[in-house]
Amino acid sequence: MANKSKPMQISVFLLLCAFSAVLLFPLLWMLSTSLKEPHEVMSLDMQLIPDAPQWRNYTDIFEKYPVWQYTWNSIYVTGMNIIGKLVSCTLVAYGFAKFRAPGSKLLFMLLLSTMMIPWAVTMVPLFILFRELGWYDTFLPLWVPAFFGEAFSIFLLRQFIMGIPRELEEAAKMDGAGVLRTLWSLVLPNLKPALSVVAIFSFFNTWNDFLGPLIYLSDPSKATLQLGIQFLRTQFNVEWHYMMAFSVFSLVPCLIVFFFGQKQIVEGITLTGIK
Amino acid sequence: MFRSNRIGARWKEPLTFYLLISPWLIGLAVFMLGPILASFVLSFFRWDMISPAKFIAFRNYQEMFSIDPLFWDSMRVTVLYVLFRVPLALITALALAMMMNQKVPGIGVFRTIYYLPSVVSGVAVSMLWIWVFNPNFGLMNGMLGLIGIEGPGWFSSKEWALPTMILTSLYSVGSTAIIFLAGLKNIPDSLYEAAELDGASKIQQFFQVTLPQLTPTILFNLIMTIIASFQTFTEALIITNGGPANSTLFINLYLYQNAFAYSRLGYASGLAWILFALTMALALYTFKSSRRWVYYEGSE
Repeated sequence: MANKSKPMQISVFLLLCAFSAVLLFPLLWMLSTSLKEPHEVMSLDMQLIPDAPQWRNYTDIFEKYPVWQYTWNSIYVTGMNIIGKLVSCTLVAYGFAKFRAPGSKLLFMLLLSTMMIPWAVTMVPLFILFRELGWYDTFLPLWVPAFFGEAFSIFLLRQFIMGIPRELEEAAKMDGAGVLRTLWSLVLPNLKPALSVVAIFSFFNTWNDFLGPLIYLSDPSKATLQLGIQFLRTQFNVEWHYMMAFSVFSLVPCLIVFFFGQKQIVEGITLTGIK
Repeated sequence: MFRSNRIGARWKEPLTFYLLISPWLIGLAVFMLGPILASFVLSFFRWDMISPAKFIAFRNYQEMFSIDPLFWDSMRVTVLYVLFRVPLALITALALAMMMNQKVPGIGVFRTIYYLPSVVSGVAVSMLWIWVFNPNFGLMNGMLGLIGIEGPGWFSSKEWALPTMILTSLYSVGSTAIIFLAGLKNIPDSLYEAAELDGASKIQQFFQVTLPQLTPTILFNLIMTIIASFQTFTEALIITNGGPANSTLFINLYLYQNAFAYSRLGYASGLAWILFALTMALALYTFKSSRRWVYYEGSE
């Protein structure tokens, strides 16, 4: 769109600013509340910047509530999910991308269609299954399935692997390299951007997961951050400035991953939409 | 690994394929197909996990449709939410994407800001909404108060709870917007130049170039948004827990309550299948109807 006039550009710019303000304000409000004193929280004047920011609210929550425990639990479950998905999805995606077999097309269609199944359909039988295995109130139901692949990540990695030139592998085949060695030494080095997309999405999904911990964990000391927030609110009736401090704390890792991985995230989402 | 000469060359490739995808195949059977089948069978039983399961044929489904008023409440809430949320989310996402597509200084920063809300999800954001929409001390009513409007009870009002739920859900349409943005960038500049030569205004260009060119992306986003909207759960459980007066009793929440609070696992499975059928029906209908409104270019 060429020849855009100056006033037009300025009004577009102002519109963009206005929208940004609307989107950022709730988050700033969260931060603001987390730095207030209790009497300021329950006051009716809408003060965005507290008179004296109470940074000690943040140290208080760690002293009063088992926040470190929750954090560690979240890190553990998230870490296991990332490892599981990276390993399993790479293998499966390599299979789908480079090998033909009777039924392979049909299985790929099946893979894509599993993305449309609502979690509610499998929730009850999965709960029974994990309970029968004696995994209730352990972290196992929250990460073991990650080692068996996940449709979206497999699809994403497959698209990337398809783009790797065949000649490379032909050369490896002539060398007599085995499948796994080809995967390790030729495919993986070219796959780093896609693997980081998988790791980032897996991080967000697991870190923010509430339903899984809610169903499978009952011991309060095993709660993840997400379950912990709900737990503090319902069991301890924690005050709002602490709740907001806790919420901000749980969001910080997401923000860090977002700022460093923004490019990969956008690429990943775009790829799924375009196909 | 598979260099053994005993395996014929003809079988080598299929065997490699199946070995590589075996983790997923096992997962598919154990964590997906098996449970789907089990859930279907379970929906014809009455079972509380303590006493033995009892086959009751269609009685769970009969109870939903002719006896249980909460089932109809949950259907009404879920369907209303989907009907209003889906178009609003798509319009909001498209508006965001069009703003992200502007050529102004600092557009990279704006894109970051527009996408940011969709990565801050989970329980923390639900907490934020509870606080922002608190009728007495919340930011929303505080700001309305400044301009002399007495705000409603938002989540604590029977009439406002569901609309507020829809409103807050629009905060996280960033991913949908990114897909729209990619679609917008795929529209060739030449089409706009041609339209400009024809003397089409910006608004005409939007309806005659942008929208038709974007229909494949709209279809994709539409189906994904429908499926996601039917699955609303966490917000409902945390913010309102179905209340007030069941005005936000989403079907997933009711299903969860049946399974884990009332120990009615058969009934919960039946509810899950109703949800599944409803989601698939609407998604398939959308897909079928797309032949009439999605514009595919000959070259693609």
